[in-house]
Amino acid sequence: MSVAELEATARRRRAVTIGASIGRFLIIAATTYLGLLAVTFFIGRVIPIDPVLAVLGDRAPSNVVERVRREMGLDLPLIQQFYIYLKSALSGDFGTSVLTTNPVMTDIRRVFPATIELATLGTIIGSIMGIPLGVLAAVKRGSLIDQIVRIIGLVGYSVPIFWLGLLGLVLFYAQLQWVAYPGRIDIVFEYTFSPITGFYLLDAAWQGQWDVFWDLLRHIILPASLLGYFSLAYISRMTRSFMLNELSQEYIVAARAKGLSETRIIWGHALRNAAVPMVTVIALSYAGLLEGSVLTETVFSWPGIGLYITNSLQNADMNAVLGGTIVIGSVFIGINLLSDLLYRMLDPRTKDE
Amino acid sequence: MMMDKIALRSRLWLAGAAMSAVLVGAMPAFAVTPADTLVEGFAIDDIITMDPGEAFELSTAEVTGNTYDLLVRLDLADTSQVKGDLAESWTVSDDGLTYTFKLKPGMKFASGNPITADDVAWSFERAVKLDKSPAFILSQFGLTGDNVAEKAKAADETTFVFTVDKAYAPSFVLNCLSATVASVVDKKTVLEHVKPVTPSDDYKFDNDFGNDWLKTNSAGSGAYKLREWRANEAVVMERNDNYHGDKAKLARVIYRHMKESSGQRLALEAGDIDVARNLEPNDLEAVAKNTDLKTTSAPKGTVYYISLNQKNPNLAKPEVRQAFKYLVDYDAIGSTLIKGIGEIHQSFLPKGDLGAVDENPFKLDVAKAKELLEKAGLKDGFNVTMDVRNTQPVTGIAESIQQTVGQAGIKLEIIPGDGKQTLTKYRARNHDIYIGQWGQDYFDPNSNAQTFASNPDNSDEGKSKTLAWRNAWDVPELTKKTEAALLEKDSAKRADLYKELQKTILDEGPFVVIFQQTEVAGLRANLKDFKLGPSFDTNFVGQISKE
Repeated sequence: MSVAELEATARRRRAVTIGASIGRFLIIAATTYLGLLAVTFFIGRVIPIDPVLAVLGDRAPSNVVERVRREMGLDLPLIQQFYIYLKSALSGDFGTSVLTTNPVMTDIRRVFPATIELATLGTIIGSIMGIPLGVLAAVKRGSLIDQIVRIIGLVGYSVPIFWLGLLGLVLFYAQLQWVAYPGRIDIVFEYTFSPITGFYLLDAAWQGQWDVFWDLLRHIILPASLLGYFSLAYISRMTRSFMLNELSQEYIVAARAKGLSETRIIWGHALRNAAVPMVTVIALSYAGLLEGSVLTETVFSWPGIGLYITNSLQNADMNAVLGGTIVIGSVFIGINLLSDLLYRMLDPRTKDE
Repeated sequence: MMMDKIALRSRLWLAGAAMSAVLVGAMPAFAVTPADTLVEGFAIDDIITMDPGEAFELSTAEVTGNTYDLLVRLDLADTSQVKGDLAESWTVSDDGLTYTFKLKPGMKFASGNPITADDVAWSFERAVKLDKSPAFILSQFGLTGDNVAEKAKAADETTFVFTVDKAYAPSFVLNCLSATVASVVDKKTVLEHVKPVTPSDDYKFDNDFGNDWLKTNSAGSGAYKLREWRANEAVVMERNDNYHGDKAKLARVIYRHMKESSGQRLALEAGDIDVARNLEPNDLEAVAKNTDLKTTSAPKGTVYYISLNQKNPNLAKPEVRQAFKYLVDYDAIGSTLIKGIGEIHQSFLPKGDLGAVDENPFKLDVAKAKELLEKAGLKDGFNVTMDVRNTQPVTGIAESIQQTVGQAGIKLEIIPGDGKQTLTKYRARNHDIYIGQWGQDYFDPNSNAQTFASNPDNSDEGKSKTLAWRNAWDVPELTKKTEAALLEKDSAKRADLYKELQKTILDEGPFVVIFQQTEVAGLRANLKDFKLGPSFDTNFVGQISKE
């Protein structure tokens, strides 16, 4: 074979590999979605709760109960019900929520920004504090500081967040009155403030309504700090172990031999290298906060997607539960993909050879 | 290097700013709600619609009660009577079939449209034709989609004529007309918002009578109008300046959804809400002791009971049914578990109803119960299960009962479950013992009598799934008596019939009624004239003011 032929083969192979990996990704994503839909749907149908009860309550006469059962298609075989659901779900129609009477997608568009806002602030707090703590613990390995960081991490990771939340409320709201009552915004502002994007903090800042901004901050600071603490626990542990790994590398010895300052070595070299896997850690923890802030949202009456799904679940509002699950599933898959991309961009070794 | 330093400096500055923000936030600021706004903390997650023709939920009843008017309303001074609301006067024909209502003159809806007899007729028509959950309260008088326009019609601008199919007791008819489903809606406004519907076998009409729009809007004439309902977040009402009675004192009323008693108490103490509506006994006690706060209460038409499924051969024995009534520690339950939120009450009609019996003959008496069990051939007791919703106070009551029946040798196993789950099982008659509550559908003794004392068809296919049916209690005689009480024109005689029914059920029934709910509220001390009514649709807020 000539060199040109070899190159052509390699190009073809590369094209095949890229095509295959995209194809594989699509297949995995599609199967995940389908599995997610099927599992949630069937769980929703086999739970020993009559969905008609969720719509009508206990006092409806039996003729109305029967009629609504037919209207909801619940008299059809399960497989057929699933097929009908799948068909409309694929065309973007997730049905109507029993509880709010809105289309599920309209509800989710309204509640999701609240969750994103909270999770983003939480992740920012967690990263800003968690990374330096982790670095510090790695540099002073075995010292008192290391132990303290470890305990902070352990507590944040193992104490139930709703308990910390209630404790925080009793202390900072009921006793000290530093923060505002659970909820997102004070009723006083409910009528003077009209958000545009649904991300209230941004909206208020954009419109220059600083009193609203301040009120929003008083509402968000406690739940965001708690979520931040939760992710700090994870981020600081991971930073510590990544840093330990980097600090034992030979290039660090080389840098020291070159006479670089310790600050420069730690923050400029070791951390820069540790940053690559950190992106994945932070992204995963962010995704975790997006889907996992259910308890926090409940304790703080935060009108986000976690609270929305919890309420729907408690009321056997299955359309809303299914829709919410799909959205969170998509976000999770999306963030994974995004962190993969970032990873490639930050790490020169993963760039195309 | 230079860049790094600047970056570091700006980072320090940011950290400093964040620190000072925290410190400024540290200044305690006592929260106060706006002077012209009433803010209530209320568990409103049961609301699924604001359409009075469809709504059947307790929290909704309070909102529709304040945003809509009725021909007649409960007389708050004597709840066995009604008084005119939109109706100035009414007459009943001698044959007892025709009710003629004369409307007060010059009244307007919140929209400014005049209130006419035609609006009343159309309100009845849409409720019957929509045929949602509460529609039976009207259609039980022989109304169907086909004949309603004829049976409920406007004779002229201010005269509304209602024709029923039997000579019912007038008290029964009038009580039913005081139910939310008979609310008068603004026809002209609603007609602007109707949606077309494709008729089907189940629904024969080509439009939705504004149902979709009224789910989240109001078109009434009450002291307030609905501004907004956000499910699980808030209900906001604004003063109706066209109201025909005394205008509301406060410009705005906001119900904030708060699920937990402890959260409501915190917010009430901090002044973030003016009223806390779902306080449990321990929080209620704390509120009562706080000098900045006060409490109020009113008995409601809801009774809590345990019921014994007659499909279980042991529970079907009359002596066993009796024995259970002696195996509940009413005194202990009354003085602890339901302290402040309920009162011991053993008959199925709540106090306040026409003919309600207010004697409580049973006390915890283990010896007596043992004697009865022995007579039933169950000297050594038996095993039985009870389905219990995992909320208070029912969980506590179930545990108390588990302990007291144990003293007579009955081994009771508690099966905890979510509310809708236990209810699904109950409605399918798959339980042994169920503990639950029953709130009356409309303020008339027939509402509870029908469900506790009548069971027209005890087969599994029975159409009328009354509480008697759910417990497979086959009582053709009582069913007839319940129906007869509906036709007794003389109110005093009618009351006697219900007394008899209650006595029979106290003696023989599979129901052990334990207590009647008292609704409580914790208030800021500066609130004036906050009153809870005898029913959920009479919790009026128009008279409330702040000092």
